[in-house]
Amino acid sequence: MDPLLSLRSIAKRFGRTRVLDDVTADVHRGRITALVGPNGSGKSTLNKILLGFVSPDHGTAMFDGHDLLRSADARATIGYMPQQPRLPEQLTARDLLELLHRLRPDAARDERALDLLQVGPLFDTRLGVLSGGQRQRINAALALHFRPVLAVLDEPTAGLDPDSAQQLKLLLRDLTREGRSVLVTSHVLSELETLADDVLFLLEGRVAFAGPLAALRARATDGSLEGAIAAVMHGEASEVAA
Amino acid sequence: MIAPIALPHVATSPAPDHAMPTPGSVPPARLVVLHTARLVGRDLVRNRWLLSSALGFALVTELLIRLGGDGLRIVASLVNVVLAATPLVSAVFTVVYWHVAQDFVALLLAQPLRRSAVFAGVALGLVVPLAAAFVAGVGLPLVVHRSIDRDTARAAFTLLGCGVALTATFSGLALAIAVRSADRVRALGAVLALWGLLAIAYDGVVLFITTRFSDYALERPLLALAALNPIDLARVLLLLEVDRPMLLGYTGAVLERFFGGATGSILAGSVLLLWIVVPMWIAARGFARRDL
Amino acid sequence: MASLALVATVLPAIPIDQCAAQTYAREDRTFVVSSAGPYTRIADALAAAPAHATITVRPGRYREPTVIVRRPVTISGMPGAELDGEGARELLVVAADSVTVRGLTFRNTGRSQVEDRAALRVTNALHCTIERNTFIDTFFGIYLAKVEGCRIHANRLTGPAGSQMLTGNGIHLWSSRDVTITDNVIRRHRDGIYFEFVRHGAAIGNESAGMHRYGLHFMFSDSCRYERNRFVENTSGVAVMYTNHVVMRGNDFSRNRGPAAYGLLLKEISDSELHDNRFRDNSIGLHLEGANRNQIAGNRFEGNGWGVRMMADAQDNLVEGNVFARNTFDVATNSRSSTSTFRGNWWDRYRGYDLDRNGRGDVPFAPVRLFATVATDAPATVLLLRSVLVDLLDLAERVVPMITPEGLVDAAPLMRTPQLRLVAATERP
Repeated sequence: MDPLLSLRSIAKRFGRTRVLDDVTADVHRGRITALVGPNGSGKSTLNKILLGFVSPDHGTAMFDGHDLLRSADARATIGYMPQQPRLPEQLTARDLLELLHRLRPDAARDERALDLLQVGPLFDTRLGVLSGGQRQRINAALALHFRPVLAVLDEPTAGLDPDSAQQLKLLLRDLTREGRSVLVTSHVLSELETLADDVLFLLEGRVAFAGPLAALRARATDGSLEGAIAAVMHGEASEVAA
Repeated sequence: MIAPIALPHVATSPAPDHAMPTPGSVPPARLVVLHTARLVGRDLVRNRWLLSSALGFALVTELLIRLGGDGLRIVASLVNVVLAATPLVSAVFTVVYWHVAQDFVALLLAQPLRRSAVFAGVALGLVVPLAAAFVAGVGLPLVVHRSIDRDTARAAFTLLGCGVALTATFSGLALAIAVRSADRVRALGAVLALWGLLAIAYDGVVLFITTRFSDYALERPLLALAALNPIDLARVLLLLEVDRPMLLGYTGAVLERFFGGATGSILAGSVLLLWIVVPMWIAARGFARRDL
Repeated sequence: MASLALVATVLPAIPIDQCAAQTYAREDRTFVVSSAGPYTRIADALAAAPAHATITVRPGRYREPTVIVRRPVTISGMPGAELDGEGARELLVVAADSVTVRGLTFRNTGRSQVEDRAALRVTNALHCTIERNTFIDTFFGIYLAKVEGCRIHANRLTGPAGSQMLTGNGIHLWSSRDVTITDNVIRRHRDGIYFEFVRHGAAIGNESAGMHRYGLHFMFSDSCRYERNRFVENTSGVAVMYTNHVVMRGNDFSRNRGPAAYGLLLKEISDSELHDNRFRDNSIGLHLEGANRNQIAGNRFEGNGWGVRMMADAQDNLVEGNVFARNTFDVATNSRSSTSTFRGNWWDRYRGYDLDRNGRGDVPFAPVRLFATVATDAPATVLLLRSVLVDLLDLAERVVPMITPEGLVDAAPLMRTPQLRLVAATERP
């Protein structure tokens, strides 16, 4: 099967800084891909390119048969959960959801996200008085509400209590069973082990590793993920797994 | 158990199906602008700083009314307030709010919406509450105390109109700066510098020219200079209301003929409108092209 | 025209008919002019009338050469009696004492570049009375030269329509004494009322509005007074110059706006009284130049561009008990010192307090703003009024005075608006 998302030779500079350099990678259908790398490795910029916030200097991004860089409509089936966003303090989750419904009146919806993340009790509370974890639950629910084919999540579990984090992971796993895909950015290694099917490892804007989690694990002499990461970080450019 | 949530347009949870969902259509840009503006407006209506600015305008107006004098005198005193405060308040507030609203904007842009529509929505949602805060702050005390009568209504409306125009202009200028700067402090600095330039330094240059070349007939060049600066243009329009004898004493028929006739009013209105539209357009263009 | 005049000169030869003779008989000293006779021209009646006779002019439009009055008579027009100059000549010249001209309409003198063509001219005469006449489209209206003891009362004078500057004065006095000018209404002339070399003249209750130059123009005329007049919407307001001992009381100077438009310009006026007048919405309310020892009291300066503009050569004036409200600048001067006294005025800008409750503020008030001084020197700067920069400069000047006159302060400003004895000037529709 074709990959859902295929990135080819994506490059981006901000001024003199080369943020992404010749990034080529795929996100496969029905799988959870972890986008990992140290701070400044280009993870956020790659996310922003997928969402059209940043246009790359070079490269192509095909999403489900559409050119993602040319058409805003192609983004209709991408759900985005930014990293701990600051949402309007005087508004409620209901306000935001109502707005999104008005803007996309006939898009397919999924109420499971609201239920599983227990957004209901927070629905009419001003976002300004909610805790970080509560806001993060709303944030995740908004990202998953329109039944995205690809969910792009930036540090989704940051600030979440363990219970909610678990709920979110279950929800993501559910999505993949329906054939949807998830691209989750994280720097917490342990998340990878329980969640990811594939790994896209960025290092200074270049792809250090791309392939199934098992293949990454195989790189370590001791079979541990830490060992594998260390091997990738110190090793040479890795081959791209099919 | 979670209480069921009542949402407009939300069907009860559909059974999970494995068919890929349709992305759905997007309403016309006009509606996107309106809905976005409405929500931004709703956020702002309860904003502490916006309420403070409205209260500030109300307090100053109340104070001026209590100090006494007829309606025209109150309007005259308010002229200085309006010319100095409305640009400053709207510019600073716009920069701060724009940066606070970044993630909200990102949330909207992650939907299949046009950037220009989202920008227009946020800009409109900002300008309308800002203008409303000014109009309510200045207008309510005037209405409550019945300070304005038939003779002073024109001056009062000109005052409110100029205040609204300056609010929109400086909101637009602030947006044009803010969308190009990720750094809030630098954007604030730039906006303050721009205000200082248009509200103070510009007049300093004009004052220098005027005193230096006082032997020449300066009415026309000075009027042209005033029209190039929105604060000065608003000021001259207000002077025509509250300092008419003085102004006619200097410029005589020139000003009277210019602003008294339809051409002058249309021209002044157009220049004020340009000062709203052009900065907004520059801001929108900057926003459309930039990496966020 | 020529043939008409020719016919007119032939007319007296026609014998007086029976009907007219009867009228004549009823009032021995009344001579009737009408198109039906007995006299068809005023000149004919005058020629026939003895001293102290009355000439009654019946309704009708009379076109005849300039009428010259050489005997003390009364010329009394009935409503609708009009003298028409056909745009070519003066209408009536009085060259005798004790002449009364009443109820006539004077029309259409035309204008002249070379002579002061007047509808009604009185020269070298005593005790004339000119009342209730109407002047329409006249170059000069009433022109008095070297007269004494005359009364000009309740005439209406209207200059030619249009904005042309070539008009004469409404009521023109030159080198005369003891003339009273009361309750006249003057429109659209060059100067409404003009005094030059007049002694003991009085202008009372007149209305002079819409003049091309001054509502009242007053020069070298000592010991005159004018009271309760309205000078409204004149291009240059009112100018009173080179005169001592003038009394100006209860006048209304309003809406005289434009470049060099004064509510009242006092130039070289000394030892005069300016009481209970109202200055409203003028570009310059009161301007004093070389004017000394004048008393300016109980006036109201309201909504003027400049309230009082006192030049450096105006000295020892007393400004007391006046009201200053809503003027762009209350007081301006081009001098750093002032020998005039300001005290006990009411200023709407005053924000002082009155702890001892004596009705006077405990903090002096300095009415001259920095920017008023700047704008006196460079008038174009008024276009910068109310700018933030200007307000900041004004504030700085208040803290550290550098330019504004130090001595010019009202040491005891009033806390409440005084009840001014503003004599209501005669209002007319």
